[in-house]
Amino acid sequence: MNRFIGFLKKEFYHIFRDKRSMLILFGMPIVQILLFGYVINTDLKDVQMAVLDHSKDEYSAEIINKITSSGYFKLTENLESLEEADAVFRKGNVKVILVIEPDLGKNLIKNTAGNIQILTDASDPNTANLEVNYLQGILQNYNLEINRGKQTPLSIQAKSRMYFNANLESVFMFIPGIMATILMLVSAMMTSISIAREKELGTMEILLVSPLNPLQIILGKVAPYLVLSFINALVIIGMGYFIFGVPVLGSFALLMAESVLFIFLALSIGIFISTVSKNQQVAMMLSMFALMLPTIILSGFIFPIRNMPIPLQVFSNIIPPKWFIIILKNIMLKGVGIEYIWKETLILIAMTFGFIGLSLKKFKTRLE
Amino acid sequence: MNEKEKVIRVKNMYKKFGDFTANNDLSFEVSKGEIFGFLGANGAGKTTAIKILCGLSFPTSGEIKVAGFDVYTERESVKRNIGYMSQKFSLYEDLTVFENIRFYGGIYGLSKAEINSKADELLDKLDLQHARNKMISALPLGWKQKLAFSVAIFHNPEIVFLDEPTGGVDPVTRRQFWDLIYDASRAGITVFVTTHYMDEAEYCDRVSIMVDGKIEALDTPEKLKKQFNVDDMDQVFLSLARHATNIE
Amino acid sequence: MQVLKYLLQKEFLQIFRNKSMLPIIFVMPILQLCILSFAATYDMKNTNLYVVDKDLSSHSRELISKFNGSPFFTVKEIGFSEEEAEDELFKDNIDAILVFNNDFGKSVDLRTQASVQVLVNAINASSAGLYNAYINSVILDYNSGIKPNFVGVAQGVPYNIVQTTYSHQFNPEMKYIPYMLPGLLVLLVTVVALFLSAMNVVREKEIGTIEQINVTPIRKSQFLMAKLIPFLIIGFFELGLGLLIAAFGFQIPILGSIWLIYLVAFVYLIAILGFGLLISTQTDTQQQAMFIAWFFMVIFLLMSGLFTPIESMPEWGQKLNTLNPIAYFIKIIRMILLKGSGFFDILREIVILSVFALVSITFAVRMHRKVS
Repeated sequence: MNRFIGFLKKEFYHIFRDKRSMLILFGMPIVQILLFGYVINTDLKDVQMAVLDHSKDEYSAEIINKITSSGYFKLTENLESLEEADAVFRKGNVKVILVIEPDLGKNLIKNTAGNIQILTDASDPNTANLEVNYLQGILQNYNLEINRGKQTPLSIQAKSRMYFNANLESVFMFIPGIMATILMLVSAMMTSISIAREKELGTMEILLVSPLNPLQIILGKVAPYLVLSFINALVIIGMGYFIFGVPVLGSFALLMAESVLFIFLALSIGIFISTVSKNQQVAMMLSMFALMLPTIILSGFIFPIRNMPIPLQVFSNIIPPKWFIIILKNIMLKGVGIEYIWKETLILIAMTFGFIGLSLKKFKTRLE
Repeated sequence: MNEKEKVIRVKNMYKKFGDFTANNDLSFEVSKGEIFGFLGANGAGKTTAIKILCGLSFPTSGEIKVAGFDVYTERESVKRNIGYMSQKFSLYEDLTVFENIRFYGGIYGLSKAEINSKADELLDKLDLQHARNKMISALPLGWKQKLAFSVAIFHNPEIVFLDEPTGGVDPVTRRQFWDLIYDASRAGITVFVTTHYMDEAEYCDRVSIMVDGKIEALDTPEKLKKQFNVDDMDQVFLSLARHATNIE
Repeated sequence: MQVLKYLLQKEFLQIFRNKSMLPIIFVMPILQLCILSFAATYDMKNTNLYVVDKDLSSHSRELISKFNGSPFFTVKEIGFSEEEAEDELFKDNIDAILVFNNDFGKSVDLRTQASVQVLVNAINASSAGLYNAYINSVILDYNSGIKPNFVGVAQGVPYNIVQTTYSHQFNPEMKYIPYMLPGLLVLLVTVVALFLSAMNVVREKEIGTIEQINVTPIRKSQFLMAKLIPFLIIGFFELGLGLLIAAFGFQIPILGSIWLIYLVAFVYLIAILGFGLLISTQTDTQQQAMFIAWFFMVIFLLMSGLFTPIESMPEWGQKLNTLNPIAYFIKIIRMILLKGSGFFDILREIVILSVFALVSITFAVRMHRKVS
């Protein structure tokens, strides 16, 4: 046991001594949260707009003014003819063009309807959609204003209420996603690389012939990363709560327990990757491609799984962070208890045992 | 010996790392074709000195000329005229024997024909023709080291620096390794070798013994034994090293 | 020149001999490109609705059928209890709830204000915004259908409106794959280039062969050139493979010039590889190099405009982003592929990337130490 503690101390020392890596391991989640909280945003803002105003009367001026003062759009160019539209889009900065028909004011007052055409650069379909939606909304308000005092036609209105995230803060969704990616990075990636490193430098053999048994060696290797990951989890939740107001509505103890479970799963994946890779480069690239990108894209972190094609929805079931993100959202944002997430929890437990089993099998065949 | 034949000239060389002085006022000269043994306990400053002579590390002060070139200002000319074999293994494990030879020959500017003919000669001499297309990683350590030495002198340098070349190999292989060194020396290549095997010191023309960053003795093995009044180099070394403080 | 040839020969041998790396370098990124292009979509397809219809009038049923007919929505269940609906929301089985109160039909008939309650799962804020927008547009559509019965033109008060029509240029079918795939391709090429170069020189340090190189008269620039060229070629190869898949596998029209893409890729990859080599020369272990590469990669990636529009970032974020090479290349490749932008449309970006390339390669060569 003393020997094991000595080994453990050496491993901790080895990792914590490397100041540059430490800075990055702790700096990474902080930078990511700040980026997601302050920089990354899916709302429309300052979209560069060009206008082709054939009318040039007070109505068109008023409408353009309405649109630009909304803050969503910013007028950067006035066009003379429709032929310019293509070239303007090709330069890449202008995303939407407003084409106002000749005699807009006359048509609006005399014939009760004026026409405006919206041209979007739909190479980015999401933004194009939002632009049309926002512009239509602004024009609808304008319609209401110019008809004030008249009897309005009946319209059914939708009264919306946003559940779990009343102010539609994007950071609510990002915090669970960042948790999953960071814990994956620190636990799985780092473990796989540090064990692969011992293999590559030949020091693994020395450890294996030492009086420590293989289980102790593995434990000693992963323990520092377990601690690191746990601290990171606390930092992420803390920053989310204190800086961005992301709540923890459910049980904090349950949240921590689930996080530890996920860390164990990530560590066991890391061990598994290290058993199948010959050197650090392989371990790293495997972790990168097999873990990081799917964690970001296939887990529901950024893109809703429900929008994916069916085969990918099925495939996403084997992505461990998917389940962890569901658990986190449930505990933190919906405030539900284990009765809502026992299935996801069991899946994580099963996956952990699965990877440990696979690693043991792989390890044994290698020794033989 | 006339002036021209001194291929290494070191005068008052210092190397400091902060407060620690790794090389303290070293001065010595090595003649062409000589086998010069550079002895010392671990941590005595041997590797530091050899790295300075090879242009891998800057000296703090001192006058140093290798193969007639100044290590401060003519570093690249120094490198063109030396070979080096380090403690750490210096061949690429994931390349074959021939690919390693071709690579090192190529970067010293040998022509393709030269590389091919010299490689054949070398492999014949080492009796390694059968292993020509084997990966380095598949060779036993002794073979690797003999090969590494041969590659280090493949471009006919004036001087070859060997940093503990025989660490970890059996006595028979060591003996064979020293045969290669003798061959090189006969061919006019100066050999500068560090070692801590004292029996190997006996094979050198002259040896210097470093203790705590200083050269405490420098002469032929015979004269040193006489001077200290002992039977072998081991005892010479022990009587000097007894006073050391930097032994690891 | 001859020296460079031998250095390159050695690098290529090492790369292609590393059997476990080859599939990771060549197969994995392409596989990911194919899979992730489908996954990275904001395209609303299967939004699940729960309808609580306490009204059961013809009006409510008509509106529900409108939702059923929309391609965006699937009405999962129609019930009477808000609690049951809410429970489904908690279980994540549905994305939004529509509630028709029992006076809904009457209000429509009486032509007073009628309303539908919409409860949205808003954890994913941007999706929630879209659900809401689409729900509103279905209702608006329904409104315009009933309007003629009530609009008071006949009562002599004309109602003036500005009407809008819209047309989506370059991508009228609003497909996501043509937008995401080029961006993902840039990302994958960058990952391979940055990580391989960042881990390369430091690997020679770790196994000790760098010393042997350093005692030879090889120039620093030659050495780093030999490290850079193989990865440049690998990057080119992968880019080409990705573009082929885009054109033939995904039928994405390539409007602009492939040569222009390669010109940009050349400058871009030199910038990235130079940066990778810089990391490599400044670190002692592959693990450290990987950390640092990863750190910058994540920041560059998140701010690259791949997932979220750059225009939506705050001003200072956009300023910071002028230093982000990935953002430039993603923007450029989308412009060339999807809009057919030409050399002069992207001249500014090319100049900036060239400056990056020059700076990073100069730094890599200068900071590389042959002597300690």
